[in-house]
Amino acid sequence: MSDLIHKSAAELAQLINSKQVSSVEVTSAFFDRSEKLNHKTFSYLHLNRENALAAAKLADQALAAGKVHSPLHGVPIAVKDVLVTKDAPTTAGSKILEGWMPQYDATVVVKLREAGLPILGKTNMDEFAMGSSTEYSAYGPSRNPWDLQRIPGGSGGGSSSAVAGRLAPLAIGSDTGGSIRYPAAVTGSVGTKPTYGAVSRYGVIALASSLDQIGPVTNTVLDAALLQDVISGHDAKDSTSLPNSLGSMAEAVRNADFKGLRVGVVKQLSSDGFQAGVSERFQDTISKLTANGVEIVEVDCPSFEYSVAAYYLILPAEASSNLAKYDSVRFGMRILPEGNPTIERVMAATREAGFGPEVKRRIILGTYALSSGYYDAYYGSAQKVRTLIQQDLAKAFAKVDVLLTPTAPTTAFKIGEKVNDPLAMYLNDIATIPANLAGIPGISVPNGLAKEDGLPSGVQILAPAMQDAQAYRVAALIENLYKAEWGDYLISQAPDLEALNV
Amino acid sequence: MSEVTPDLVRHLASLARILVTEEEVQKLTGELSVIVDSVASVNKAVSGDVAATSHPIPMSNVFREDIVLPSLTQAEALSAAPDSAEGRFKVPAILDEE
Amino acid sequence: MSKEQLMPYEKAIEQFEVVIGLEVHVELNTKSKMFCGCKNEFGSEPNTNVCPICIGLPGALPSVNKKAVESSIAIGLALGCDIAKTCRFARKNYFYPDLAKNFQTSQYDEPIAFGGKLSIELADGQSFNVEIERAHMEEDAGKLTHVGGSTGRIHGADFSLVDYNRAGVPLVEIVTKPIFGGGDKAPELAAAYVRAIREIVKTMNVSDARMERGNVRCDANVSLRPKGQEKLGTRTETKNVNSIRSVESAVRYEIQRQAHILANGGTIIQETRHWHEDRGYTSSGRVKSDAEDYRYFPEPDLVPVEPSADWVESIRAALPENPEKRRKRLSAEWGFSELEFRDVVNADLLDVIYATVEAGAKPQAARKWWSGELARIANAENKSVEELAITPAQVAEIQTLIDSGELTDRMARDVVAGVLAGEGEPRAVIEQRGLKVVSDEGALIAAIDLALAAQPDVLEKIREGKLQAAGAVIGAVMKAMGGQADAARVRELVLERAK
Ligand SMILES: [Zn+2]
Repeated sequence: MSDLIHKSAAELAQLINSKQVSSVEVTSAFFDRSEKLNHKTFSYLHLNRENALAAAKLADQALAAGKVHSPLHGVPIAVKDVLVTKDAPTTAGSKILEGWMPQYDATVVVKLREAGLPILGKTNMDEFAMGSSTEYSAYGPSRNPWDLQRIPGGSGGGSSSAVAGRLAPLAIGSDTGGSIRYPAAVTGSVGTKPTYGAVSRYGVIALASSLDQIGPVTNTVLDAALLQDVISGHDAKDSTSLPNSLGSMAEAVRNADFKGLRVGVVKQLSSDGFQAGVSERFQDTISKLTANGVEIVEVDCPSFEYSVAAYYLILPAEASSNLAKYDSVRFGMRILPEGNPTIERVMAATREAGFGPEVKRRIILGTYALSSGYYDAYYGSAQKVRTLIQQDLAKAFAKVDVLLTPTAPTTAFKIGEKVNDPLAMYLNDIATIPANLAGIPGISVPNGLAKEDGLPSGVQILAPAMQDAQAYRVAALIENLYKAEWGDYLISQAPDLEALNV
Repeated sequence: MSEVTPDLVRHLASLARILVTEEEVQKLTGELSVIVDSVASVNKAVSGDVAATSHPIPMSNVFREDIVLPSLTQAEALSAAPDSAEGRFKVPAILDEE
Repeated sequence: MSKEQLMPYEKAIEQFEVVIGLEVHVELNTKSKMFCGCKNEFGSEPNTNVCPICIGLPGALPSVNKKAVESSIAIGLALGCDIAKTCRFARKNYFYPDLAKNFQTSQYDEPIAFGGKLSIELADGQSFNVEIERAHMEEDAGKLTHVGGSTGRIHGADFSLVDYNRAGVPLVEIVTKPIFGGGDKAPELAAAYVRAIREIVKTMNVSDARMERGNVRCDANVSLRPKGQEKLGTRTETKNVNSIRSVESAVRYEIQRQAHILANGGTIIQETRHWHEDRGYTSSGRVKSDAEDYRYFPEPDLVPVEPSADWVESIRAALPENPEKRRKRLSAEWGFSELEFRDVVNADLLDVIYATVEAGAKPQAARKWWSGELARIANAENKSVEELAITPAQVAEIQTLIDSGELTDRMARDVVAGVLAGEGEPRAVIEQRGLKVVSDEGALIAAIDLALAAQPDVLEKIREGKLQAAGAVIGAVMKAMGGQADAARVRELVLERAK
C-alpha cells in the first residue's frame, strides 16, 4: 500500500476509520519511507519504530472495540524535537541536551497520544528554535524535498521537510517568529501559528515565552484544521492558555465561502524586498480572490517597520533567561574543565561547549537588552512596539476580515548562503513576526511555484486574535482556488524524493 | 553608534555564564554591534506615552487551587542528572578556596 | 577567618548614628508550593517533593497558588499596607545551583503590598513606628549541603549536594524603609521587629513561623554615619540571621565592627555578610558590585495578579486581631497587674491563658496554673507549656471543679499530674485515683458526731462560743475521711452539729 503515503491525513483517517487499512499499516508505510529516506532530508533526529507501532496497535485495538478517539485516530505524526516526550530523547536541536530522556510528556504530546496518533519520531530544528533554515541545528541541517541543496526553512525544517517529503502525513511545529509558517512556505506545505494561548506550551522547550506557539504542519488546510482541533484547548498547566475554546477549525474549513469576505493587503508587506516570483505569486492570489468577488483593501501598518527590531530584542531577552537552566546540574551535558574546577567554571564551560554560536549570540544580546541601564531603551521600548503593532492591527481589522501577505520574502535559499550573516537570516521572518508580537493567528498556504526558480511560494493569512476559524476559512478558499487550477495540491508537483540525491 | 565593546561582551558573557575565548569576544563584539545598531531603531518608534505589552493576549488572575499533586520519585528526579549522591544532585565546589 | 576588631558598643553609639533596614522572609504554610503542586513540607527525604516545574526541567511552566496569593495579601493587610490593584511576577536572573531555573520568580517594581507600618514596643515600654516599604511574593530556593574540606562550610568544600524540596516553597519578603533613631536600642528594635512579624504571621496561621526551620529568616542591613552627617553611610547586608537573639547580636556586632573601621579612617565595603551563630560574628560574603545585575523583567509565563476590592476586603474581614492590639485589650479585660501581664507576655503564655479563659476559667486562676504549676513542670522537662500533654480546656475543667468545691487545690494538682501522665481526661483521673471530695453529707455527719462524742470538752467550748476550738474536731474528721473532704464544709457542719 505504498500509495498510502500520497494521501492526506483526512483521507488516511477515513480509511482507518472505515477499517480499509489499519493504523499499523499506515504507520509502517510512513515509517519504512522515513527510515529509507531520512538520510536525504534529515527530517528526523530520532525515529522509534517500536513506540510508533505500539501506539498504532493500540489505535487499532480501540477501533476494533468501537472507540474512535479523534477525527485523526490512527494517523501517525512527526513531532518537533522542541516538545518533551517521555519515550524519546529530546534535544531541541542542541548538544547541551544530547541524550536527555524527559521525565514527562508535553501537554500536546499527551493530547496526541490520547487522540490515537502514533508518534513516528522527533524532527530536526535550529538549536532551541533559533534560526530559519535548520542550519543552526547542532546535528546538521535538514534539506528541502523540492531541492536537496536548499534549506527547508526553520526553525521547524525537520517538520516541514518530513511533511513535504511525505515522511509523515502530519507534523507538529512551534512558531516564535515564523518557525511554522516560513518552513511551510518554502516547502509548499501548510503551516499554522494559532492565536497565542490556543495550544498549551506546557512541555514545549521555551525559546521566547511570550511569542512561542505550537501549531500544525501539514499538506492540506483541512489536515491542519483537524490537527489544531486535536491539540488546542485550555490547559491549567499553562497560565497563558486561553480559557475558552475557539471552536472547530475543521468546520470552518468545510463551510468556507466567499460571502462578504473583505481582505486587506498590508502596504508595508506587499512588494518591496520580495523576490519577483514571490511577488508575482502573491498578485496572482489577490487576482484570484478579486475574480471571486472578494473586496481587497490596502491597509497601513506603519509600526510593522519596527517589528523585526522589536522581535530581536524581546526574543533574545526572554531566551537568555529561559536558557539559563542549562547549567549541568539537573539534566543535560556537563563539561569538567581541567584541574579542580568550581561549579561556576563548570557551568561556563558546559554552556560554552553545549551551545552553538547563534544561541550564544542571542543569549548575550538578550543579556544586554535586559541589563540595568539598557532595559528601558531596548526591552522596554520593544514591548511598546508590540502595543503599536496591536494598535495598527486593530485599525486594519476594523476594515477587513483578514490580512494577506507573502509568507516569505524569497523561496528556499541554498544551504550555506546566509549562515554567516545573522542579519540577513533574521529578515526571512519579516512578514511572519508581527503575528507573534501581536498574538494573532497566521496560516501559510502554498500559492504556486516562483517563475524564476520553480520553488514553492506561500501566502500568509492573518486574522484577529481568537479568530483562527476566519484564517482557516480564507486558507481553505485560497487552497480551493489553486486546487481547481492545478487539479491537486501543490505537493503533488514535488519531485520524487527517491530519485533525488544529496 | 553602538556601545558594544569587547569589555561589555566579556561582562555579558560572564553574566550569562558562558566561557568565551578572546577570539570569540572579538567576533561577538563585531556581530553584536551590527545587530544592536539595527535593533536600536525601536527607540525611535515609541516616543510619547505608549503602554508596554508583555502578554499578547491580556489576561489576569490565573490561579491554581492549593492542592498537592503527585511529585516525581527521587529516582526520576535524579535520572537525568550528570552526577548525584545521597539522593541529591551533586555539583562541584561552589566557590574558589579563599 | 578570625573575628575583626570591634569598637566598644557604648562608644560606637556615642559617635555614630545607626540606620538599619530589615528584610524578613516568611515561608508560607500552604499545602503545596508556590508554582507547582508539590508538597510544601519540611523534613521529607531529599528530592521527593519535586517535579518538572520546581526542578526547572525544560518545557515546564509555573502556575500560581491562589492560597499563597491570599496569604500574601493577608500579610500585607496585617502590616497596614496598601494592596496593589495590579501587580506582576518578575524574574530575578542569577546563577546559583540551588536555584533550579537560574532565575528566581519574584516581584520587582510591582509588589503585591506596599507602604505599611508596624508599631513595635520594646521591653522598657518605649514604642517605635517601623515603616514597611513593601511585601512581595517569591519562591524559596533549594538546600545546599557542602561536603568535604576541613570546615564543612562552603569555602574549601570538595563538592556540594542539592535538594530541591524547598525550591518553590512560597515566600513573602517584607522590607522595611530605613529605620532611623534607634540609637543604642537599634539591635533590640531589630529583634523586636522580627519577633513582631513572627507573632503576626503565626497568629494569622499563614506560616508555621518556626525560626529553627527557617520559616522566618532575616537579612539585616546596617549602616553608620557620624552624628550630624546627612549622607547615609555604606551599608552591609548580614544574611543567615535565623533566630531573634541572633538578630540582636548580629546588628550589634555590625555596629561595633563598622564603627571601628570608620573611626580608624577606613571605609565600609558594600557587601553581603554571613552571621556565624556559633561564634557570634559576621564574615564577608559576596561583594556587591556592578557584576550583580539581576536583569529583572516581567515573568512572561505568568499573567498579572489583579486582586479585586471584594477579594481584598473578604481577606481583611477574616484577619485575626493584631497581636499588639489584642495584648492591650486582654490586659484591660483580665485585670492583671502590669507586672503580671508583662511576665505572661515574656513567658509566651498569652495564648494558653487566653484559651483557658475561653474554656471557662477565671483569668487569674488560668494565669496561676500556667505561670505556676504548669510552667514549673514544663521547665523541669525542658519543654514549652504548649508541649505539655494537657490542654487549656482540661485546665479550665479542673479549675471549675475546684471552684465548685469538688476538688481541693492539692487534689487538683494530682489530677493535673494524672492527665500529664496520660491517665486520660480529668474526670477519668479523678475516678481512677479516687480523688473525689466526699460530699456525701451522711457519712460526714456520722464522722462529726463520732468526733464530737469522743471530745465532750471541745463540744462544751464550742457551745460556749469558743469557735476556734472546733479545729481539733475538724482535724479528726478530715483524718477519718482520708483527707478527701472539703474542710470548709466540715467546719460548717461541725458548728451546726454542736448547737
Ligand atoms: Zn514541584
